[in-house]
Amino acid sequence: MPIRTEPMTVNVGPQHPSTHGVFRLRITFDGEEILEVEPILGYLHRGSEKLAEERNYVQVVTLTDRLDYTSSMINNQAYCLAVEKLLGVEPPLRAKFLRTLVAELQRIASHLVAVGFFIQELGAFGTPLMYAFRSRERILDLFEMLCGARITVSYMRPGGVFADAPPDFWPALTQFMHDFAIEFNEFEQLLLENEILLVRTRGVSPLPPEMAINCSVSGPVLRASGVNWDWRKMDPYDAYDKVEFDVPVGSHWDNYDRFWVRMQEVRQSMRIIDQCVAQIEPGPVRLVDLPLVIRPEAGAEAYGRVEASKGELGFYLVSDGGIAPYRCKIRSPSLINLTVTEHLLVGWKLADMIVSLGSVDINMGEVDR
Amino acid sequence: MMQVKALSGDQLAERLEQALPDSVVDKISDEVWVEPARIAEVARFLKEDEDLDFQFLNSVSAVDFIEYFALVYHLTSLRKQHTAIVKAKVYGRDELVVPSVYQVWRGADFQEREIWDLMGIRFAGHPNMKRIMLWEGFEGHPLRKDYL
Repeated sequence: MPIRTEPMTVNVGPQHPSTHGVFRLRITFDGEEILEVEPILGYLHRGSEKLAEERNYVQVVTLTDRLDYTSSMINNQAYCLAVEKLLGVEPPLRAKFLRTLVAELQRIASHLVAVGFFIQELGAFGTPLMYAFRSRERILDLFEMLCGARITVSYMRPGGVFADAPPDFWPALTQFMHDFAIEFNEFEQLLLENEILLVRTRGVSPLPPEMAINCSVSGPVLRASGVNWDWRKMDPYDAYDKVEFDVPVGSHWDNYDRFWVRMQEVRQSMRIIDQCVAQIEPGPVRLVDLPLVIRPEAGAEAYGRVEASKGELGFYLVSDGGIAPYRCKIRSPSLINLTVTEHLLVGWKLADMIVSLGSVDINMGEVDR
Repeated sequence: MMQVKALSGDQLAERLEQALPDSVVDKISDEVWVEPARIAEVARFLKEDEDLDFQFLNSVSAVDFIEYFALVYHLTSLRKQHTAIVKAKVYGRDELVVPSVYQVWRGADFQEREIWDLMGIRFAGHPNMKRIMLWEGFEGHPLRKDYL
């Protein structure tokens, strides 16, 4: 007579070290195998979209810092681009280069967090994460030189950035880029062909391209599924049309590829930063004729988007002629990338669950807004 | 340098009128307004038509204009490298129901739930139409202009 078994339902989170914030997965297991998954969110919902309707266009920048707090600079950029589109203005060239430069620094920082935690979740406790954070810390120090804050930067403004980089910033950046090239080589040697990592992630939870596109997945996850799509290339904003870089694309669509794409993107970001430093010229960093209290014309609307570290981050702004946005919808890549959770997890084992979730790289500040 | 281009409202309206008569309500510069009751049909056509090929749904937004709600669909074709904006006006304040595009684009899943949660527009045909950010039992829909 067989032993009687029954499926078991478990809550992972909302307080769980591996869910990257307050996120809950209700999972039904058959032994070790996952049968059903339901993501439950909203624990960090602060109503950012409603708050934006109560603030003027410049003040909303501070709200964007608190979306994906590992890539505040890129959030600033997406929002400022949307406002500029609404007004039909463009920032000065130096501001464009500064924005591109800090956005790429931020992308490196964000990918380091993603990769560091991804490895940590595979069971390599501490060491690789500290390697990643060692470099990320330096980037945050650079941000502190620019604007006095490390995470909640609010560095950009509609029409440019709020202040030019101080003279000390440039030698510090050069020193960082020099050191980081060495540190990242170490990091790559440690990880890229690591046998344990390959065995644990190669072939696990593949995401076919058709599925990725149908689920509106974007960013590194989409590219790991073999889709060559990067908004920096397809709809160049700021100074991305003046720099050269490649778009790494995965071939196996699995957890390893999602990790690999991020590692390659760090390399490309380094290329972009070097080109920005080489091309940037003195000049104004903010549109002087833009008033502090912006009033776009009534009925105007714009959808501004960037390729953020997690995917397509979009701001859909509608104006009624007032000093605050009438509607500020945030298209959050983390939230929409979660659509594929079920596909990635069902049928796989408990031990791969956290790894697959980590490979999507979500940030709850952005999921819940 | 490759670059996506936005399809004009005229182009979109023309294609839609041919395939689905009476589905278009209005067209302005680069957007097309359609009948809300036919949004799922329109979505399927936009996705499956070979020239339009809108496989990728960027975002679904809802805006409360008090007199009506605007549903806004931002679309992209990765293969044809063009974008489109499709909108629908939903009149009324209570018991609003619009067909879901979930079966066409799975990416609408969480966004449609969010619109129900925060704006109070239900999507018929969505397999899991419940609140997403707030809890079941919460009263009202906070992103509406009359909420606070």
